[in-house]
Amino acid sequence: MKPRESDKKSASLSISVLVSTGRHPITGRPGRADQDSRAVELAMNLQGGSVSLLHAGQPTEECKEALRGYLGMGIDRISLIEQSEHADITEVLTKTLKSSNPSLVLAGTQAEQGEGSGLLPFLLAESLGWSLVSGLVSIESVENGQATILQALPRGQRRRLKVRLPAIATVDESAERARQSAFGPARRGTIETISEASHIDETLASFEIKKARVRPKRLKIVKSSSARDRFKAAAAKSGGGGGQVLSDVSAQEGAEAIFKLLQEENVLKL
Amino acid sequence: MSLTRKNPRLEWIARNRLHPEHAQVMAELDASSSPSQWMGPNGLLRRDPHRVGRMGPNGLKRIDRSGLLAGQAYGSGGKQAKAEPQKPLITIDDPAFIVAVVPDMAGGELTSHDKDVLGMARQLADADPQRQGAVLAVVFGSYRETRFEHAGIDRLVFLEDERLEGYSPERRLNRLEDIERELTPERWLFPDSQLGGAELGRRLSVRLKERPATHVWQLLSEDGEWRCECRGARERSDIVRSLPRCILALEECAEPVSENRYEVKPVELSSTAPETMIRIDNLGQVEVDPASVALGEAEFILSGGNGVKNWDRFHNAALQLRAAEGASRVAVDNGFMPRERQVGATGTWVSARVYIAVGISGAIQHLQGIERCNKVVAINNDGGCDMVKRADLAIIGDAEGVLEALVELIEQKRSEESHHEAA
Repeated sequence: MKPRESDKKSASLSISVLVSTGRHPITGRPGRADQDSRAVELAMNLQGGSVSLLHAGQPTEECKEALRGYLGMGIDRISLIEQSEHADITEVLTKTLKSSNPSLVLAGTQAEQGEGSGLLPFLLAESLGWSLVSGLVSIESVENGQATILQALPRGQRRRLKVRLPAIATVDESAERARQSAFGPARRGTIETISEASHIDETLASFEIKKARVRPKRLKIVKSSSARDRFKAAAAKSGGGGGQVLSDVSAQEGAEAIFKLLQEENVLKL
Repeated sequence: MSLTRKNPRLEWIARNRLHPEHAQVMAELDASSSPSQWMGPNGLLRRDPHRVGRMGPNGLKRIDRSGLLAGQAYGSGGKQAKAEPQKPLITIDDPAFIVAVVPDMAGGELTSHDKDVLGMARQLADADPQRQGAVLAVVFGSYRETRFEHAGIDRLVFLEDERLEGYSPERRLNRLEDIERELTPERWLFPDSQLGGAELGRRLSVRLKERPATHVWQLLSEDGEWRCECRGARERSDIVRSLPRCILALEECAEPVSENRYEVKPVELSSTAPETMIRIDNLGQVEVDPASVALGEAEFILSGGNGVKNWDRFHNAALQLRAAEGASRVAVDNGFMPRERQVGATGTWVSARVYIAVGISGAIQHLQGIERCNKVVAINNDGGCDMVKRADLAIIGDAEGVLEALVELIEQKRSEESHHEAA
């Protein structure tokens, strides 16, 4: 693959961030989406990268107000691609990204409204033929058209990957928290609207969407033929009892017992 | 004619269940009395109902059905009771369709999430007795799991390849496409988890041009037609829709299989497609500073409370153990630890695999916070405190001394290890 002009040094790495509108977790007011704002933060922290923000959706006042949250982070402008309600934005974004041709596209893992399936980055990667990485935490270096990145794993662990650019990366809660949005810059920034034809997502009409209800807790069912076992399981107190208690032991013996348990659980890195 | 000799003391002990020698005496009495059931000459189990039980103190016959004494009375019987009863084996020779599941297999074993998804696959396969389906599991790399048959797997595709080990979504996707071409499963099920299922499932459904149902938490059946309920908009909405081919299911989406065993028949793939371009290179896992890991996510926590007097030593121990540091409310209030390190209902709810509580007596708020921890170790002066009752291993003694001995032991093992490597 021929390295493109922009890949030769990281100084001219162009990053597009796909941002969506979110809601405040407590008040429910429209604002930045948490994961998307983390993606913007990540892009802004990259030395010498040029960041551009892209949103596709309805150009309502509420939406624009929410997008101003990103402008308040110190971004000059956001491109807003006008789309009607229930539009499938994959095609429009594919077209836009193909023409702007960034080295790296960042997006949140899951949108805070609509279906929130987290499928868009995958669809874009497939239609553009770019690489895709999930759970991006930090970009370590970019050289020869390849980026070395850290990916988040469960339990705070990290994995180092080398990815060929151009790439699409998703960002989740493991990435650094976004900076505060300032009022002044949010007012001064511009939202540039681009009109595009929208493709209506017809499958969405067949979905029955309602407010989330609390998931039922799983009951602990004990399948046993003996009534005594069932009763014991039902009447058992959670936790407590059955533990090994070592009293009147020397510190060394105690330490050895703990060491043995740590090795059994395989948490000790020797 | 011999006289029946009575031993009033033994009878008294036999009547008194709380007597320390009760179990022993019962075993003796049972051994001396003739058994109430035996194997007949034709292989039939014979029972004598008159011999069951024992005379109680008031001249009434008492039959112990609790099973409390059975194990102690018959030495071999106890072992048999503990052994897992053999579940019936179910074989499906000619399945009408295949439900494919790609489990995460974290650490080479089925996770509880995987088992839930397999339970869902079982529901789909067994729904119509006229049209019995089979559950196919796809396992990459290597595995340590030994209980596949209990998880409800009929067929197993085991793709043994070094390059499929670890994070290799593109190669794995290619192999899943091979399976799609060869076996064409009716449904593809993935756990929607950060361990890899979420990514691989989305990659495959995009490749197959199927719109998947993501974050599925419930299957609904309406007049023989499957529908599913999914979480949308980040936990804000529920979407009810018809069940597509590709399904990414959340944890607890269905009950795991528990009643039957399945045959786990290996399936060989005949052809493999040529490898496509690999764009992602895995350079391996990175050493992470445990102090930087969020407390709620940490795997191994060393937590200090009021009993810790020398905090430098505590920090050193955490460093040597490579554990994340936690603290009880008292330690935080007294200014020894920052507020974000507080464990408990009023601080962070932790889910560590191993939690070591040093000098923490275990207030109820603290115990609530560590409810989801797998193993709890307590080091405490007071043997009667609640933390010791909760702990899987409790050391009663001077916390400082035990910590120091533990650090010494680890340093010693580390130096031995490095000697081994040098030699």
